[in-house]
Amino acid sequence: MKRALWILAVLLSHWRRHPMQFATLLIGLIAATALWSGIQALNQQARTSYDRAAAAFGGTRTPMLVATSGGAFAQQLFVDLRRASWPVSPVVEGRAQIGGRSVRLLGIEPVTMPIEASAATEIGRTGAQAFLTPPGQALIALETLASLGLTEGATPALSDGTPLPPLKLQPQLAPGVVVVDIGIAQKLMKMPNQISRLLIGSTKGPRASLESVTGNQLRLVQPDAETDLERLTDSFHLNLTAFGLLSFFVGLFIVNSAVGLGFEQRLPMLRTLRACGVSARQLNSVLVLELVSIALIAGVIGLVCGYFIAASLLPDVAASLRGLYGAQIPGQLTLKPEWWFAGLAISIIGALLAATSSLLKAVRLPLLATAQPYAWQQAQHRWLRLQGTGALLVFIAAGLALWLGDSLIAGFFVLAALLLGAALALPVILGIVLAGGERSTRRPLITWFWADSRLQLSGLSLALMALLLALAVNVGVGTMVESFSRTFTGWLDGRLASEIYLNAASEKQASEIKTWLKTRPDVQAVLPGSRTDVQFNGAPIELLGFADHATYRDQWPLLDSTSNAWDRVRTGDGALISEQLSLRMKLKLGDHLDVPTPTGNWPLDVVAIYADYGNPKGQIGVNVDALVKHFPDISQTRMGLRVTPGDVPALITAIRTRFGLDGRNLADQTTVKSESQAIFNRTFAVTAALNAFTLGVAGVALLTSLLTLSNSRLPQLAPLWAIGITRRRLAGIELLKTLSVALITSLLALPLGLLVAWCLIAIVNVKAFGWRLPFHVFPLQLIQLLCVAILASLLAALLPIMKLLRMQPTTLVKVFANER
Amino acid sequence: MLTVRHLTKSYRSAQELVAVLRGVDLDIAAGESVALTGESGSGKSTLLHLIAGLDEADSGAIQLGEITITGLTDSARAALRRHRLGLVFQQFNLIPSLSVADNLAFQSRISGKHDAAWQSELIERLGLGALLKRYPEQLSGGQQQRVAIGRALASKPLLLLADEPTGNLDEDTADEVLKLARDLVARTGCGFLMVTHSVRLAATLDRHVHLHAGLIA
Repeated sequence: MKRALWILAVLLSHWRRHPMQFATLLIGLIAATALWSGIQALNQQARTSYDRAAAAFGGTRTPMLVATSGGAFAQQLFVDLRRASWPVSPVVEGRAQIGGRSVRLLGIEPVTMPIEASAATEIGRTGAQAFLTPPGQALIALETLASLGLTEGATPALSDGTPLPPLKLQPQLAPGVVVVDIGIAQKLMKMPNQISRLLIGSTKGPRASLESVTGNQLRLVQPDAETDLERLTDSFHLNLTAFGLLSFFVGLFIVNSAVGLGFEQRLPMLRTLRACGVSARQLNSVLVLELVSIALIAGVIGLVCGYFIAASLLPDVAASLRGLYGAQIPGQLTLKPEWWFAGLAISIIGALLAATSSLLKAVRLPLLATAQPYAWQQAQHRWLRLQGTGALLVFIAAGLALWLGDSLIAGFFVLAALLLGAALALPVILGIVLAGGERSTRRPLITWFWADSRLQLSGLSLALMALLLALAVNVGVGTMVESFSRTFTGWLDGRLASEIYLNAASEKQASEIKTWLKTRPDVQAVLPGSRTDVQFNGAPIELLGFADHATYRDQWPLLDSTSNAWDRVRTGDGALISEQLSLRMKLKLGDHLDVPTPTGNWPLDVVAIYADYGNPKGQIGVNVDALVKHFPDISQTRMGLRVTPGDVPALITAIRTRFGLDGRNLADQTTVKSESQAIFNRTFAVTAALNAFTLGVAGVALLTSLLTLSNSRLPQLAPLWAIGITRRRLAGIELLKTLSVALITSLLALPLGLLVAWCLIAIVNVKAFGWRLPFHVFPLQLIQLLCVAILASLLAALLPIMKLLRMQPTTLVKVFANER
Repeated sequence: MLTVRHLTKSYRSAQELVAVLRGVDLDIAAGESVALTGESGSGKSTLLHLIAGLDEADSGAIQLGEITITGLTDSARAALRRHRLGLVFQQFNLIPSLSVADNLAFQSRISGKHDAAWQSELIERLGLGALLKRYPEQLSGGQQQRVAIGRALASKPLLLLADEPTGNLDEDTADEVLKLARDLVARTGCGFLMVTHSVRLAATLDRHVHLHAGLIA
């Protein structure tokens, strides 16, 4: 043990004498761990919230019985099932408005609630007595309490004036949920003797069959491993994870470069250690021990950085998830112990992964071979051919996945294979370009310029690969976001055609407003709208009702339609479906749908397909009157108003004054559009931040490679200096060389980036979100990114160049003094 | 103390097998110093490497004290170098990131045979007292080789093996370094086998052995 510590001390002494190299190694590991762990923290935070939402008194985690028709059903069925020994517990669910904010109102029956439907035990602890006996309690999460601006014990009124029982804080509850006793909920939601679903406990025992008790009125829904929210947000988290993984690997490029150089520089030391009696096994064990120790230190620092990255990105991620999916994520980051352990593990695994080739060389280290510093660079030339073959194979695999694959995973595989193939092919392509440059000139210094660039290539190739990947992803994501942004703006104009959007506090108020609006000469049309959620073919979809009006006929963003689409919608048997629903359920024009409604199945024909960007749920657009007919209890408080644009401010003021509606329920088109645009921008703020991080890490990778290479450059540069080329000129040539290879790499990254964008738009987006965007190329954006890449390369090259400029002639002379 | 019998070693070069050692026999007694000379490629360094356990012989036997080196595993050969051998190379092979003091103590520390009094004596005899905090790159060639000798002898080995230890030094420094080595060897009573091209330096040791075409002449 003592011997191992001595050997470790000797190995570590190298880093003490080369602090910059050590810093590089740490930076690489910290960057890799921080970015990966940061993303994981965000994903974990979101998933914890989904779990809380799902576990709220028997969400999709508990088996349940629901009405075959999809709506509410009679309470008597609960009584019948209990008598038939079914361990069922009733739940009533609906939405309610408190102070203009919509919340999910749940009514439960704690006595029969299955023990495994979490939070029931919480009631037991907080006291079922207080919950059940008048005035009862309304359980609420801290976040919801804060967002409503209320305190515990308050008794807020719903939009129709009915007061809730006193609010009671229940930290385990999901945000946006209020839980009351089922009797109270039935009153509040005007659902006397009605039940939304029955949760089934795990108690085993003889029981009558479901059909024999309820006929075909109820159907069994098995618990889902994934909640609806998880399913919907999967692609968002997959995107985040993909970015985290990319940043992680770019960070590992730095580690690989630092470990590789450290190993080469320590080769003579390793041989001396072996000559002094350290066995190969012990030396390798201590090398691994050293790496793991460094990885642990870097891992801890990386985790702290990752925490701050996650904390700074969380507001944007939460806003994106709220805006896109309606998921409520608390703004406070809470992390589980597993996250810390996983972070340290990933740091160690990453370090070992990046050091694999060096460790393997150490295992095979021939004891008597003369030390050949940087022989690894020469050896890498032999790998070029292999790499080229590897790239070709990876491209073939990508082609096959593109041809045969039909899933999001296949889409990401194509993307990953494309990037990996391009990274592998980069040194081969650069080698060919530089060799071409060498052949094209006969001037000695220029010939040396090309030849020496080629010599440097093997040492720089990893950093250049990192630059290529970071830049290509930046171009790809940038192009996709910009394409999306343009399409989204045009699409918003079509979808938000009304000048004013209004949501009355109650149906009574809605009807008063409609009557009043008829007296206003500035109102050209009142377009009532309504929406509801239903389960269709096992997935949650949205039914959107709109009026039969020229506004929709002229502006609705249809992608494909039958000739009489709008007439069929008006008669109530035609439906417009969103692009994502069409893709997800493979529906096309003319297909027949049977939508479950409380009044029975609603037969509809698909008459048009429209773009519905940003909506994770599938949507069916129908005539609003037909929708109300099939959903008699549907809320009819929404409406759009067509008004001459100049009259909008006056009308809004008048409505606000007369009906007391605030900004949450009354908005003009400009406000709604700017809010939608803001949600869009926040969604991509995270992407932009991660893009910048990745490019930054690639810059650092280039800097570290150049710094480490600069140490080995002296034997190449000293002879030129000796024959009369000044240090200033040598520095200029070195700078030009770095910029040349960076420029060639960046130019190669542009078409690769566009290919990445095409993959994202045509494959990943379609599979992940269900919509396809038009593909645009933005030359100005490409030029900007090219400039950023060259600037990053320039900054990375400056430090080694400054070192060369300031180098004392004695240092250069030493090169010759050491020759034998 | 050291017995070498019928030692052979070949290397594959391009398409042909080159026999470097073709049946070498050699004995060195405790406290005896032996110079090994020979032309370039005669197998001097190969013989030294085989005795040091840095390489494996094709056939024959090497016995150091009671230990038969040929046939030992890598770990056992490493232990042998650690505890019973001292190695000095032409290129000094000091650890660049360790100070002179740490380089001197290194082998004795890892062999668990560190002796502070012996260490101080070595420092004094080798004249390294003023250089202890320096790093190898800050030393002259002669100073570096003195540190290498000190490191090799710090663990009081049975046998000191030196592969052209003065090859990188000028004549005066070479004489000075070799005198120090001889004195210290005499002080410890260990055996000393030195590979050298210099007949003049070889003559200063107890015995001179010449290797020619893979055989002791």
